[in-house]
Amino acid sequence: MDKFTVLNALVAPMDRANVDTDAIIPKQFLKSIKRSGFGPNLFDSWRYLDHGEPGMDNSKRPLNPDFVLNQSRYQGAQILIARKNFGCGSSREHAPWALLDYGFRCVIAPSFGDIFYNNSFKNGLLPIRLSESEVDRLFYEVASFPGYKLIVDLQQQTVANADRSVVFGFEIDAFRKHCLVNGLDEIGLTLAHADKIRAFESRREQMFPWYFR
Amino acid sequence: MAQTLYDKLWDSHVVHVEEDGTALLYIDRHLVHEVTSPQAYEGLKLAGRKPWRISSVVATADHNTPTQDWHLGIAGIADPISRLQIETLDANMREYGAKAYFPFLDKRQGIVHVIGPEQGATLPGMTVVCGDSHTSTHGAFGCLAHGIGTSEVEHVLATQCLVQKKMKNMRVTVDGVLPRGVTGRDIVLAIIARIGTAGGTGYAIEFAGSAIRALSMEGRMTVCNMAIEAGARAGMVAVDDTTIEYLKGRTFSPTGPEWDAAVVYWRTLKSDPGAKFDHEVVLNAAEISPQVSWGTSPEMVVAVDATVPDPDKEKDATRREGMERALQYMDLKPGTPIQDIKLDKVFIGSCTNSRIEDLRAAAAVAKGRRVAASIKVAMVVPGSGLVKAQAEKEGLDKIFRDAGFQWREPGCSMCLAMNADRLEPGERCASTSNRNFEGRQGDGGRTHLVSPAMAAAAAIEGHFVDIRTWR
Ligand code: SF4
Repeated sequence: MDKFTVLNALVAPMDRANVDTDAIIPKQFLKSIKRSGFGPNLFDSWRYLDHGEPGMDNSKRPLNPDFVLNQSRYQGAQILIARKNFGCGSSREHAPWALLDYGFRCVIAPSFGDIFYNNSFKNGLLPIRLSESEVDRLFYEVASFPGYKLIVDLQQQTVANADRSVVFGFEIDAFRKHCLVNGLDEIGLTLAHADKIRAFESRREQMFPWYFR
Repeated sequence: MAQTLYDKLWDSHVVHVEEDGTALLYIDRHLVHEVTSPQAYEGLKLAGRKPWRISSVVATADHNTPTQDWHLGIAGIADPISRLQIETLDANMREYGAKAYFPFLDKRQGIVHVIGPEQGATLPGMTVVCGDSHTSTHGAFGCLAHGIGTSEVEHVLATQCLVQKKMKNMRVTVDGVLPRGVTGRDIVLAIIARIGTAGGTGYAIEFAGSAIRALSMEGRMTVCNMAIEAGARAGMVAVDDTTIEYLKGRTFSPTGPEWDAAVVYWRTLKSDPGAKFDHEVVLNAAEISPQVSWGTSPEMVVAVDATVPDPDKEKDATRREGMERALQYMDLKPGTPIQDIKLDKVFIGSCTNSRIEDLRAAAAVAKGRRVAASIKVAMVVPGSGLVKAQAEKEGLDKIFRDAGFQWREPGCSMCLAMNADRLEPGERCASTSNRNFEGRQGDGGRTHLVSPAMAAAAAIEGHFVDIRTWR
């Protein structure tokens, strides 16, 4: 997993409450054998005018010009600001996979669906909770200033704009912060014990060589 | 201190323990199949990681593979998504390697839980995992075996360890002698009927007692296979002569002095006298009848000479509603004798009951008889290519064919209907598989779980019969 320290990136707004994981990545895309490649189908039913199915050439599909992520000013955004209860609904890990594959590294909202919130950390996507009024302020700024960027500093636990006229602090579980800052996923954490695993393995192989043939 | 078998297996695999008791458990054997592995391998790749120890990996394609027209090769798989999953496993095996890979069309291909033991890839004292809940099957060999999710598949590939908390100990003792015609399948259904589908949740179950000891390895695998249907992720049986006899001479079993050393160790793999279990259940083998499931959960089971139960007699409201829903789905009336239930299809197969002994039992019933005209399809799907070859050597295929059964290629088949084998809406099936959930064998399909001999006899008569007294 990539380390998450400071992210200075373009912001896109998703001005709806209760965006569920079905909307983030519709069910027909779950048949995939992959955990990457979901980016083109992120928010599929909102983003395109036709019905999407796996295997379609998404570049040929009619885009919905009214959908916010299709606007040229938000191309390349890595931070999504959203309304309350973002990522509610089914437990599909495909939702953070799709957001990450699209290019987002951070979602800021007043609240998140529980499982989505957990799944996000597992995959290196940072969900940040700010108060409703703080999120309101960010929506206002994004709308007002094309090319609006935010600086997310995980170490300092702050979200700030370029001239630091806006600086919001956020809370995060210390253990999760540690994992993200050091780029540790669960596998990474286990691999921190690699020496112990190796020692155990060679002891076991000496005692019971037939398990290692 | 006196230890249970599970305690011993657990202790011998702990690499590291956190303060809260969360442990890193070393994994000896990792079984891989096409459905739950693609995202795990992709995760490895994305993170730039390599499998920790490929000699632990034994892989096969089983869930999606067709059971006929193998001469058409991979092109014979109509569903492109199924085909892609199989091709993806091929590609991952090419890229990452394994101790052994039995691809689609290989003579040794088969259901992952059949080929592990038959290859000697499942050995006593091991930890065995697979991205499939019926991994509990392998516990029959005195090992700690359970199913894991896709993220865990990736975790085991990358680290050779699993993050685990220790389960509690349960012992189910079945003493006495089974009546004629009653099998391991009936024992485990009777256990699930007794403790319920959540009865084993949080426990590792050890199956013990003289009736379990008397079972062959095939019978013990059937019992452990369905431990998960009782809610227990792991089921196990202590090592004895039967275990050791079975393993002698298998492809991946140790040989020479290593075999001797292994046997000495394996003989210690049993619960010590006086070991403490958190929960004990006792059944009398002599009282177990052939079992038939009537509902949509493996605990909804009665003896073949009983009738479909009446929800009105159930006091617990939640259970009563569950029964009513099941009866509606199954289109059954309370009070109907089980033996009056007419069938459309019969399926003999799955990782529960598709081994050679199961096919012998079914063939003994089918021999010289005919499948009833009212049965649309009766199919026999061997658990592996080797089981199929052995059955053909014994002439079982001929017995089945002559009786009107279809003789298929190995795979999971109609156990989960991921390939072309399935029930049509409303069809009723006697099945030797392990799950009678709604839609499991095809949308709207109705499944009755039974033993292989009971399934074969039902095919002959067109309805259930009591194998103890039949003909
Ligand atoms: S036979 Fe059925 S239960 Fe067994 S592994 Fe295949 S699908 Fe799963």
